[in-house]
Amino acid sequence: MDIFLFILFASIAVFCAVNVVVQTHPITSALSLVGVMGALAVLYLLLGAEFIAAAQIVVYAGAIMVLFVFVIMLLNAGGEAKSAGRSQMVRWLGIPLFTIFIGLLSYIVQRSVPAGPGVSFGQFTGGTPRDVGRLLFTQYLLPFEATSVLVLIAILGAVVLARKEIE
Amino acid sequence: MLHPITPAHYLILSAALLLIGTLGVLSRRNIIIILMSIELILNAVNINLITFSRLFDQVNGQVFAIFVITVAVAEAAVGLGILLAMFRNKETVQADEIDLLKW
Repeated sequence: MDIFLFILFASIAVFCAVNVVVQTHPITSALSLVGVMGALAVLYLLLGAEFIAAAQIVVYAGAIMVLFVFVIMLLNAGGEAKSAGRSQMVRWLGIPLFTIFIGLLSYIVQRSVPAGPGVSFGQFTGGTPRDVGRLLFTQYLLPFEATSVLVLIAILGAVVLARKEIE
Repeated sequence: MLHPITPAHYLILSAALLLIGTLGVLSRRNIIIILMSIELILNAVNINLITFSRLFDQVNGQVFAIFVITVAVAEAAVGLGILLAMFRNKETVQADEIDLLKW
């Protein structure tokens, strides 16, 4: 059962990720990226990371993608023109080589990672908001505060960069 | 006969997403899509962190995943702000048409 869920959602994630890269229109890419985020959230649930799964949906699929779609609409960016000078070698040699590279990498990972316990749903219950929050506010308090400063700087930077110049 | 899911499955998925994202960053010219590919790369990192968190039965990896998500948010906000400023000046979102610093 779990392996079916994994294969289903992993294929959705990889398919949507490829779609993000190959589509010419940004809005199609953005919607595919939402698909990747949703599929990954299910995979996080399989790993027992409930809080991360929820944060993935809320923050990535909710906030970041809305920001992307908003900017795409604002800029009214059309499809990307096909570049004329790109040689056909990219298509006929690059894509098979890329697939072979991923296959080789999979083989190496499969060989080098310890087999470990099989991952099945509901086995690991350490990912509840309670556990994550406890660690976040005790052991990782300083990095957490540093992150809040980072977000503050990012907000200020985004406002300063995106505002109109006043003459 | 059903094989159980092992952490290696997740690591392979993560490697695939990372490579696809890298390919997008290197090959696309639309800056919006380049930013989305960077999000893909950061997600691949998150899968790794959460998988190892599961493998070692510790929550630390998930805390780091939260930090990665936060950094991704900051990066997207600033990146899109830069993109808006750039579009206002150059009227383009194609990375190869922005060559002010090219000598």
